[in-house]
Amino acid sequence: MSTEELTAFVLSLKVALVATLFSLPVAVALAFVLARKTFWGKPILHALIHLPLILPPVATGYLLLSTFGKKGYVGAFLWDWFGFTFAFRWTGAALAAGLMALPLFVQTIRVVMEASDSRLEGAAATLGASPWRRFFTITLPLAFPGILAGALLCFVKALGEFGATITFVSNIPGETQTLALAIYSFLQTPNGDAAALRLISLSILIAFAALLASDYVNRALQKRLKG
Amino acid sequence: MLRFDLSKRLGSKSFHFVGEAGEGVTAIVGPSGAGKTTLLNLISGLMKADAGHLIFNSQDIAQLPAHQRGIGYVFQDQLLFPHMSVEKNLRYGERAGRIGFADILGFLKLDALLARRPATLSGGEKQRVALGRTLLSQPRLLLLDEPLANLDQARKDEILPYLESLQERFSIPTLFVSHNRDEVKRLALRILTIENGQITSAT
Repeated sequence: MSTEELTAFVLSLKVALVATLFSLPVAVALAFVLARKTFWGKPILHALIHLPLILPPVATGYLLLSTFGKKGYVGAFLWDWFGFTFAFRWTGAALAAGLMALPLFVQTIRVVMEASDSRLEGAAATLGASPWRRFFTITLPLAFPGILAGALLCFVKALGEFGATITFVSNIPGETQTLALAIYSFLQTPNGDAAALRLISLSILIAFAALLASDYVNRALQKRLKG
Repeated sequence: MLRFDLSKRLGSKSFHFVGEAGEGVTAIVGPSGAGKTTLLNLISGLMKADAGHLIFNSQDIAQLPAHQRGIGYVFQDQLLFPHMSVEKNLRYGERAGRIGFADILGFLKLDALLARRPATLSGGEKQRVALGRTLLSQPRLLLLDEPLANLDQARKDEILPYLESLQERFSIPTLFVSHNRDEVKRLALRILTIENGQITSAT
């Protein structure tokens, strides 16, 4: 494996990991709100969260660029006040990957939260537990299999993200060139097929390992709940 | 002393409960769907009343959230926390007070069950844990929603003595929903009958 391939691989892991860690609290909060709360505008929130799944990834990338680019509404503010920017940085790749994976992450947690008996939270309330304590001691632990499965799914999805990333942060080796982007570059290069194939095999291996790990942990957790 | 005047609309059904309950056990009887569990949910705060008052020891607690009411609730299907051991379930709402952990272990014979998970317990054992868990939160009022309904006769015979000695041991005002006339006769001092979303008699 060449240095370029290795760099793309390590960068991908970093981007996917950061994307997953930062999406985690957002996904948990959104899943909780969608699974447990009733409020005006809930269908709109649901649609907004799922938008990246339906929109062409290039469109999401463009929207990110126009919002978080140095001249975007949020981006200009971040740059002027904190000297921080997402544009053409690996952090931007993580933002794009996190956003693209968010619908899957939220959906996976939401399904598990909806399946767990909400009356258990009521029982905890009658035992004197405040809403926060109920969330951290009942809702969250019972949703843990979903959170873990969602995190792994988010990680794998983030590893493979292409369209939004290339539009938002371009394809800069060593900074934003993740596995998917490197595969694309190698395929555009004469005699790059072998390198592309190595990275494709690596991607398949990681995706398989993550999905098998998710399945294994899930079954272990279910077994534990059954005593 | 508990006095209530609570109304609630759920879909096409409307409920309006006016009544009171004092020391000892007050049974709530009535046909299925009449609103017995709805009344307990309104009193516990799990369901918010559309209007009305809930006066407990001269304080109106109708607006308080469930976790601030100090009202214990033992559910028909126990609702033990499946991811916690029996001991953690018992200690979940534990508060310092006149009912101690050791008292509860002795009273409900729970020593041998502490390390077990709820999924491995029998129906009667689950019901004893649920009762213990609620008592350890030092409730000012106890709500029992058909605590014997899902149990076979042997398990009922196992739990009933605990419910009978509950008042002697801890003397907590109790509302007890039941379908079973014999249980009501054995346990209750007073009987409220609910029909069609209203209390139709108090004896």
